[in-house]
Amino acid sequence: MSSEKYEVIIIGAGLAGLSAAYSLAQAGIEVVVVERGDYPGSKNLSGGVLYSRVLDKLIPNFWEEAPIERYITNYLTTLMTKYDYFNLEYKGKALGSIPYNAVTVLRAKFDRWLAEKAEQAGAMIVTGIKVEKLIKEGNRVIGISTGDEEMLADVVIAADGINSFIAQEAGLRGEIKPLHLAVGAKALIELPRERIEERFRLTGNEGAAYAMLGEATRGVAGGGFFYTNQESLSIGVVMRLDDLVKEKVKPAEVLDDLLQHPMVAPLVKDGVMTEYGAHLTGEGGLHMVPAKLYADGMLIVGDAAGFTINSGLVIRGMDLAIGSGIAAAEAIIEAKGKDDFSEGSLSAYQRNLDESFVMKDLKLYAKTPEFMESDRLYKQYSHMVNHLFGKVYAHDMSPKEHLVKTAMNSLKESGISLFDLAKDGIKGVRAL
Amino acid sequence: MKLLSLTDKLSLNKFLVNEGEPHIIIDKKACQTCTGKSCLTGCPAGLYSEQNGEIIVEWAGCLECGTCRIICNKKAIEWKYPQGGFGIIYRQG
Ligand SMILES: Cc1cc2nc3c(=O)[nH]c(=O)nc-3n(C[C@H](O)[C@H](O)[C@H](O)COP(=O)(O)OP(=O)(O)OC[C@H]3O[C@@H](n4cnc5c(N)ncnc54)[C@H](O)[C@@H]3O)c2cc1C
Repeated sequence: MSSEKYEVIIIGAGLAGLSAAYSLAQAGIEVVVVERGDYPGSKNLSGGVLYSRVLDKLIPNFWEEAPIERYITNYLTTLMTKYDYFNLEYKGKALGSIPYNAVTVLRAKFDRWLAEKAEQAGAMIVTGIKVEKLIKEGNRVIGISTGDEEMLADVVIAADGINSFIAQEAGLRGEIKPLHLAVGAKALIELPRERIEERFRLTGNEGAAYAMLGEATRGVAGGGFFYTNQESLSIGVVMRLDDLVKEKVKPAEVLDDLLQHPMVAPLVKDGVMTEYGAHLTGEGGLHMVPAKLYADGMLIVGDAAGFTINSGLVIRGMDLAIGSGIAAAEAIIEAKGKDDFSEGSLSAYQRNLDESFVMKDLKLYAKTPEFMESDRLYKQYSHMVNHLFGKVYAHDMSPKEHLVKTAMNSLKESGISLFDLAKDGIKGVRAL
Repeated sequence: MKLLSLTDKLSLNKFLVNEGEPHIIIDKKACQTCTGKSCLTGCPAGLYSEQNGEIIVEWAGCLECGTCRIICNKKAIEWKYPQGGFGIIYRQG
């Protein structure tokens, strides 16, 4: 068996692996990315809102060349009951100005583009090959095996996504709890560009992003997302696995219900579904990040390291994947300077992460998952708000009550005590 | 908007099936003692069904999320990614 030797092998051509590859190749390091999919992006699915400032750092003015769909200018939060909904909308001028805060992407196209950029910088990308296992010498990772072939390297980066079998094999990560994972079921719906711009009140390449809570998931912990692309809409439901099992709902049915909801139905009218997919995402935030992200000859990045922040209002993982890929590359460049790829030397990765927005934001939102565990968020509050506004606008000749009294009634109707409200309020302020 | 059955949803997608090489293998004995059977509802592609008291998986339509592996409380699902190049090929993602 012949074994090629490289400086760095990266397992997985998602955003984490490709960002690391691009940074390493730019520094003149010999790097190969091994991807199991037919092409980079062919296995990858996300809601699609990329908080893109970090990408601008990696590839300045990326929007001039990257296949981005729209830049998000309109953020909407929807509290849904079965037939009613309450929307909060924010539109900000700065969001529509360069450098964009967030853009929508479709991963099959976007990851492919980033892979081309990495290739142009000098990285080698091998597709259609699955890494079966790591090759070790004692405790030290020295390469990978694809079954038929072995490849050796000074450092292996596990960028193999949320199910990361590789991080697990390396002993860096244990089994993930259902509480820390959610499944997203997503549909892509094609609609002519003019229709999208009219219906969502957008000009040119502006875009809208909805976060939907409550009945969007039939009350299962999680939420729905609804994003605009140039000529399509991305819509999906994300449900925490522990609650999905408890409530025994079928993800595809929940998605169908959402498509028929009075808030959504007019927006997708005459649209044509062209793809249906599903993927896991992290829900545990900092709680699911392994204690150690490096070993002798190895680093883990992106979803494989559990880097996602899900606050109910936003899902972030792509920006953290890019940020951690860059942090890993910088640590390897430093280690190469010392010609030392031991655990001690690679611990520079942790330091880089701590100094970057990746760990700072994960720490800032560390309390969010705990806050999001409250059932009230997915059920009672949507009910309460819709009940309240239903009463506020109903002039049915029955005597009106003062707003405070109406609000108290809505709370009672929805089964929320003042104590719960205060408790959730305090927790919420701390968590978000 | 026209709603599609789950089968029709899956048929929108491109799959390259590695015939005769299932990437999901069920320990059917373990299923016999399972009361929850979360796989029957949780799989977003609806690939699990119960036929003559046995759990069956139509693995060819797998979206490769991994939900079934995590939610199976009997640890009865041996689940790995399909061989390189095979399985779901997202064109949008
Ligand atoms: C429904 C849903 C909605 C989301 N919405 C958003 C959003 O709006 N914004 C946001 O920022 N984030 C979002 N996320 C999270 C985001 O998608 C992830 O955090 C991000 O994709 C992580 O990137 P990654 O490179 O770490 O992993 P991935 O993108 O999963 O890439 C891993 C790569 O490794 C490959 N691979 C795996 N195993 C092997 C192997 N053994 N051999 C070779 N290759 C292998 C895979 O094929 C894949 O290409 C969402 C996630 C989901 C599921």
